[in-house]
Amino acid sequence: MTLLSVRELVTEFSTDEGTVRAVDGVSFDLPTGGTLGIVGESGCGKSVTALSIMGLLPQPNGRIASGEVVYEGENLAMASEVRRQAIRGAEVSMIFQEPMTALNPVHTIGRQLTEVVALHTNQSAAEQISTATDMLARVGIPEPAIRMTEYPHQLSGGMRQRVVIAIALICQPNLVIADEPTTALDVTIQAQILELIRTLQNDTGMAMIMITHDLGVIAETCEQVVVMYAGQVVEQGTVFDIFDSPKHPYTRGLLASIPTLDNQPKAPLEIIPGMVPSLHELPKACRFANRCTFAEARCEIEAPPIEVLSSSHQVRCLKWAQL
Amino acid sequence: MTAPLLEVNDLKMHFPIKSGLFSRAKTFNRAVDGVSLSIQPGETVGLVGESGCGKSTLGRCIARLYQPTEGRVYFKGNDLVHLSHKALLPYRQNIQMIFQDPMESLNARHTVGEILEEPFIIHGIGDAQSRRRSVAKLLDTVGLPSRSATRYPFEFSGGQRQRIGIARAIALNPELIICDEPVSALDVSIQSQILNLLMDLQQEYNLAYLFIAHDLAVVKHISDRVLIMYLGQIVESAASETIYQSPLHPYTQSLISAIPIPDPHRKTNRILLQGDVPSPIAPPSGCRFHTRCPVAEPRCSETAPSLLEAETQHDARCLLINSQ
Repeated sequence: MTLLSVRELVTEFSTDEGTVRAVDGVSFDLPTGGTLGIVGESGCGKSVTALSIMGLLPQPNGRIASGEVVYEGENLAMASEVRRQAIRGAEVSMIFQEPMTALNPVHTIGRQLTEVVALHTNQSAAEQISTATDMLARVGIPEPAIRMTEYPHQLSGGMRQRVVIAIALICQPNLVIADEPTTALDVTIQAQILELIRTLQNDTGMAMIMITHDLGVIAETCEQVVVMYAGQVVEQGTVFDIFDSPKHPYTRGLLASIPTLDNQPKAPLEIIPGMVPSLHELPKACRFANRCTFAEARCEIEAPPIEVLSSSHQVRCLKWAQL
Repeated sequence: MTAPLLEVNDLKMHFPIKSGLFSRAKTFNRAVDGVSLSIQPGETVGLVGESGCGKSTLGRCIARLYQPTEGRVYFKGNDLVHLSHKALLPYRQNIQMIFQDPMESLNARHTVGEILEEPFIIHGIGDAQSRRRSVAKLLDTVGLPSRSATRYPFEFSGGQRQRIGIARAIALNPELIICDEPVSALDVSIQSQILNLLMDLQQEYNLAYLFIAHDLAVVKHISDRVLIMYLGQIVESAASETIYQSPLHPYTQSLISAIPIPDPHRKTNRILLQGDVPSPIAPPSGCRFHTRCPVAEPRCSETAPSLLEAETQHDARCLLINSQ
């Protein structure tokens, strides 16, 4: 069963220097209960894809220019704001990267949790408080009743991220989008949070989109992977397709350039030369051609289409078969 | 062994916490609490720990950006801690820093040329013409086009700005560079470019690095030796390969097991630590790690362990290891 289907999504922003396409023709499917990772570097459009699905694009500059976001048969890209609000937080919710900015500093933890419950259910005030306290306990916050009366600044970074997760999950959504949920955390706290997300996902059967730049996090948490570069999907497949037989030179470069614990110390690392192009001056044909070690003349002329390698594996490269 | 380039003895940095404008400090943030280390010429020493463990404070004390509360910092045998600002000047040429966020550490109102010329002016080296030649050479060394000199920091990407930060650090041919999270703000593909540049420069100029970071895989890749820091103290130190192959301290073991591995076939045996890092204002009694340690015994909350040699060239601060 497909829970979410993103079809040819195009998201544009109007800026002083004209309109830019932050997301250009992104398509993927997410089954009920599945986990999909979106990986890429800053500016590749992974967060904008998430905001487009959520209907949280910055207004008035951002808009979905074309394409569909089909959630349980309903195209959210065309849905009214009232309808979107009903879905957001109840059926589809989001875990943000910076718990300090995602939480309101002048409201208690309790109020920020019960607010969501009040909006989406018709529980009484007392029921809302007990739902919220239970949720805090489930995300592993000690003494949840006391924490309910406290403010975000009184909690540590790891605890704040647990609160953000509690807010996202309190209405038992079918789909959670986690945008770099552990990037701001220390590695031991990251391990705790990833473990928590995994447990909650097992318990509730929710689907998840994990957005991150960390290939380690992707390998550990995801079943399917979408690799994005300069607003486009350059490769997608199962986690084994991507890590065992990456086809796109960018995916290969990313995997080769991360230092791992198995690396020979002090050996030069593989690099991807140059840097991500600006969205204002994207290469006309293959967007990766100017950094690609395998590029030839036609890569600068002919835009590569998405090619289907297997039922799960797709790649956007003219030369994938020869590499 | 040759004489160490840098030797730090029992360094302490206690920041006073005042409760009012005129009141005397009653409590102290013990950010660095008795750290000793040494760095050989041309060596890279990695310093790893979670946020708040004092690793950046330690780096800044060594560069004398902070005046340490106690302890000694010897550079080629000369104590830097008690030198006056003026007497310190010649040493500043030899100890440089690279910061995490090059946007904040580069003056936004100066051109890159002016930023790179400044160290030569401060230290009275060369005339205007030779300084310009040096700037052009520096830009070339770090892989930036020479026209960069007339441009401003905001015109560059994060990776290029970090190259400017590195160019400034190597301008006066230092012998030691303190790198404080130099790649943690950068994207993966740019991170490897900067790490390669740092390793190339080390080869060429025989630089020593104190490489401060929280990413263990990065630190392992670039370091000869690694120090693990927890709540202001070194808890383990060994050669880089050793510390990852056979970590002794329970904290190091859990840190290494917590790294997500980019291989979907590998299932890690993760040691999950409970809770958060305690506050350095009131560190736990006895062993500072006992509140989160999966193997702690009652005595760990009473007796503070010392950093002792557990195996050859491999020190650990743990009662359970040292009593075996």
